[in-house]
Parts: sequence; structure tokens; C-alpha cells
Amino acid sequence: MTRNAIPAAFAAMAALAALIFSGVPARAQSIDETVNQIFADSTGWFVSFIFASIPGTSIAWIVLWLVVAASVFTVYFGFIQFRVIGHSLALVSGKYSDPDDAGEVSHFQALATALSGTVGLGNIAGVAVAVSIGGAGATFWMILAGLLGMASKFTECTLGVKYRNEYPDGRVSGGPMYYLTKGFAERGLPGGKFLAVLFSIFCVLGALGGGNMFQANQAHQQLTGVFGEYPGWITGIVFAGIVFAVIVGGIKSIARVTEKVVPFMGVLYVGTALVIILMNVDMVGAAFGQIFNGAFTGNGIVGGMVGALIQGFRRAAFSNEAGVGSAAIAHSAVRTKEPITEGFVSLLEPFIDTVVICTMTALVIIITGQLVTDPETGLYVINEAGQVTTATGASGVGLTSAAFESTFSWFPYILVVAVVLFAFSTMLSWSYYGLKAWTFMFGEGQAQELTFKTIFCIFIVIGAAASLGPVIDFSDAAIFAMAVVNIAGLYFLMPIVKRELESYLSRLRSGEIKRFK
Amino acid sequence: MSAKFIVGYDGSEASRRALDFAVGRVKLQGGTVVLVHVLEWSPYSFLSPSELEERHKRRTEELERAEKALVAPVLEKVRADGVEAESKIRYGHIAETICKIAEEMGAVQIVIGRNGHTRLGSRIFGSVAGHLAQAAPVPCTIVP
Repeated sequence: MTRNAIPAAFAAMAALAALIFSGVPARAQSIDETVNQIFADSTGWFVSFIFASIPGTSIAWIVLWLVVAASVFTVYFGFIQFRVIGHSLALVSGKYSDPDDAGEVSHFQALATALSGTVGLGNIAGVAVAVSIGGAGATFWMILAGLLGMASKFTECTLGVKYRNEYPDGRVSGGPMYYLTKGFAERGLPGGKFLAVLFSIFCVLGALGGGNMFQANQAHQQLTGVFGEYPGWITGIVFAGIVFAVIVGGIKSIARVTEKVVPFMGVLYVGTALVIILMNVDMVGAAFGQIFNGAFTGNGIVGGMVGALIQGFRRAAFSNEAGVGSAAIAHSAVRTKEPITEGFVSLLEPFIDTVVICTMTALVIIITGQLVTDPETGLYVINEAGQVTTATGASGVGLTSAAFESTFSWFPYILVVAVVLFAFSTMLSWSYYGLKAWTFMFGEGQAQELTFKTIFCIFIVIGAAASLGPVIDFSDAAIFAMAVVNIAGLYFLMPIVKRELESYLSRLRSGEIKRFK
Repeated sequence: MSAKFIVGYDGSEASRRALDFAVGRVKLQGGTVVLVHVLEWSPYSFLSPSELEERHKRRTEELERAEKALVAPVLEKVRADGVEAESKIRYGHIAETICKIAEEMGAVQIVIGRNGHTRLGSRIFGSVAGHLAQAAPVPCTIVP
């Protein structure tokens, strides 16, 4: 909350000072400040509600909600994420795909599309935020959250395929709004439609927040880091223009280029991280020492162990979106007769996203010595904002950039391209998720779609212009609000998934389900 | 069972020449022309979420278009010529799919045209003719 209040208060004070001392009206303050102030003021209540602590503790109830859910699914499905990985990989590589279905959406394609929506700034900037507030120990909780989150993802994506809508013209679309409605009806439970609408509202907000403003904001931060300061609304307008051209103008070529380049950037990013880690392979042990030690002591960060845990879980959830319900939308178009197979495939997503990529970012930040510690006590040096002091004073994507730069001076230029492209592809994915939720509420049609797409583009400008604090708080809050509704529904629907799972596994053992390759 | 001649057909000038050649063989020695049209497709390509949504619809449309515009008229012409003919439309890697169909049907020969790529072009993109010459399970005729 303090992070939220400070920029807002600062902006308000700046406005006041401008009024008093120069007699110039409030509009003299920069566009960015005005946008930031209005934004922080109007979203503050929502953010405080979502991140309210459980009375008497400092644990945000929402974090507990996600952890408990992921743990429940993990236990209920008998540690499914560790039992079926081999089968998941076989499914992705197409060993169980009917050759007659060639030309339909494959397991690989559904996974790749879902991944391009999740792998992005959460892995680069989000991790930096986590370790700069929660210390190296946050990484441990992030990895744990990633492993547990695999079970949440499995549950929601199975349901996404099972209750998808197949339209007469051959289009296929699914997601929490459909499984909440149809699944609840099938089990004879009331309130499915209500939850579905509630989810859709939050999904639209999440699309505008984490799927849009956070992306624009961090892309702008990275651009100014490389090219020097300039107002955020300029980045916003340019981004909004390109996104508008793609989602409204239907200029597929831009989207197609992004799709080709994004996986390449992902490989380049992970590859570079791996090189830095290998160059400092003697420090990896110490880094993991810091991660484990920090996880249980906090190493002097504000909030101690709980602070590290909250940051870890928060950023993991924001990055891999397990339990949020968004991925169920992307996964549901796969061609399969067995919904559970897409559940098996989808559980790879948090693993790749969080356990592999996020951990790499964290390791690079830690082993390049970005987090400043007191040489005498070994504890982190905490700055006045309550964050760990970093070697260059950078935070967010700037911190990751500084960490990579300390080994490869040219990396910020690569990173700026990666960040812009990741931001762009995540925006395109979320514009689709948001649109599906929007049309679920308002009906399908040109006018409804155009309204949402226009709002979406306006929020890109707001996101680029506002400062990081309010944007990140609102983005998290909106994404987690989706998880509140989605997970509540998953508890009621998980017996259906269990039935599917048992039936499938027994048929797989008996050989009824055949391999084609 | 009549001898099956697989013809890789994509509507191009070269594939027409291949078809003419196969029709000529069948007229001489008897058999069936099997017109194979492969829609290039990889299950490992990247699609956007809206492309995923529409994939099934598009696939249906693409198959229909290939059947109506490309394959059916030619099939009719060949049959009118008094030659027995059938067709197959599939998705996949062109050369691999042709090989697979040849195996499945127990074909006696594969006939394809070639586009006359430059050496550099086929080095980079690979050529269907080159691949088939290497991997075909039955004798393969490449019509220039």
C-alpha cells in the first residue's frame, strides 16, 4: 500500500506546489503525472481489498488462497504433476495424435500459444521485483509455487477443454466462463452463471492490468533505460497504434512476425542466462545457499520469511497464471477426444515458465551481485522504500537488465527488443482473453468487440504513462481477483476432473489408448 | 487389384506434366491414377489464440477449397479420358505424406513434377523431388 500511496501523494503534492507557487493551473503538471495520479486514486480501494491481510497477521489472504488451492489440487490428484510428466511430453511430441487429425490444433500448438501469453515480462521484470523486495529467498517460494501451480493449471485446463463451446461454423472457444456455467449446471449446483460473469468482469480487468498496463509500463521503462528519458505516453501511443492495427485492423503480418520472433527471443534470453550461470558455475552453489537461507530467514528483508514467501508466491502466480483461469482459454482449442490430455500438457507450462525461466533470471540477478548485502552481518541493505538496495539502484526490468549487462555489456539492447516483443505478444494474448470475457458478458458482435478493443488500446497509453507502483498493484489485484472466482469454481468441479483422470489412466494402462508413433 | 500410380498434384505447371505422364503410363499398361494433394502443415508451428479458435473451421474450408477448386475438376478430366482415378487430400509434410500414402495403398510408382529450383534455393528450403528420390518406398519418377 505504501508503494501505492507514495507516488500518488507525490503527484498530488507536485500539483499543489505548481498551483501555489507559480499560479499555473494544475494542467501544467506533465501528462504522465496526471495519468498516474488519477489512476492511483481510482484503483486504490480495489488493490487494498485484494491485498488485505488476514487480521492479526501480515499475510495477504489472496496469497494464502492461491497456495492452499494449489496444495489441495496437488494432494487431491495424488501429486499428478510428478506422475505424468513423461506422458505429458509424449503427448506434446504428438506420439498419441491421430494422423487423420493433421491440420487441426495440436497439443504442441495449444501449449506454445498459452506459453507465449505467460512467458514474458513476469519472467524478466516480475522476478526482479520479487527478489528486490523479498530477497533471494523469494526464489525458493517462487519455485515451490510453480511446482504446486502445475496441479492448478492441470485442473483448469482439463475443464477448459471438457466444457468448451463448439460453434456450428466450426470455431472452438472455451475457458472458465464456460466451465463455470456448464460444469455447475451438470453437477446441479446453483451460481455457475453468477461466477462466470464475475470471472468475466475480473478477466477484463486482468487483461487491462497485467495483460496490458504492466507490459506497456515495463516496456517503457526498458526503452528509457537504453535511449534516455522521455514521456511514457509517447511509448503508449506507439504501442497502442500497433496493437490497434493488429486487433482491429486485422493486420496479421505484424502478429505473424511477432509469433516467429518471440520464441527466438525466449531461446536467446534463456540461452544468455544459461551462459552467465555457466560462467559463474562456482557461485551457483552459494546462490542456492542464499536462496534456501533467505527463504526461511529473510536475510534482513522487510517482513522476514513471510515477506519472502509472499513475494515469491505473488510473482509466481503473476508469471505462470496457475489458478487464474486465463490459460484455460488458450488451451481449450486443442483437437482431442480426451480433455484430460490437455490438462497433462498444460501442467508443463508453470514448470517451463516458473521453475525453469524465472529461476534462471533470479540466479543471474543473485550471482552477478545485484542485491547489496552488508559485509559484516551478511544481511541485505534495505533502502528507504523498504526494498533491498541494488548495485545500480535499478528495480523492475532495469534490475534484470543491469544484472545481464554486468556480464555482457550489449545485453540491454537485446533485452529491450525482447521486452518490447514479449510485452507485445502478451498484450495480443490478453486482448484475446479479455475479448472472450467481454463477449461472454455482452454478446458477440462487431460493435461489442470494437468497444473492448478500443478500451484495451487506451489502457496501453495509461499503463505506459503511469509509474510502476500503482500499475503493478492494480495488475496483480486484477489477476488475483480472477483467481478468487476461478479457484472457488474449481473446488466444486474437481471431482469431474478426478473421474476423467481415473478413467483415462486405466485405459492408458490397459492399452485401450493407443500410441500412433 | 490394379496398379496404383501416385501423382503429387498441386495445380502447378510441373504437377500437370507429372499427371500427363502418369495418365500416359496407365493408358499403356492399365491401373489407377491416385491424385495426391498435400496441404503443407506442421503440428509444431505457432498460432495466435484467435487462429487456434478458428483452426477447425479453416481446416474444413481449406479441404473443401482444395477438393472443389483443385482436385475435383482434374479428376473429372482424367476420368473423362477413360482412365480410372481417385484422389487423396492430406495435411502434413509434402514428401513424407506422399511416401506414407504410397505405402498405405501399395502403390507401384510415385510420379511428381519438379519446379526447377536453383541449387541455392533447394539447399535452403529442401526440395520435394530431392526428398522423394531419397526416401520413396517405391520407384519414383521425376518429370522435368
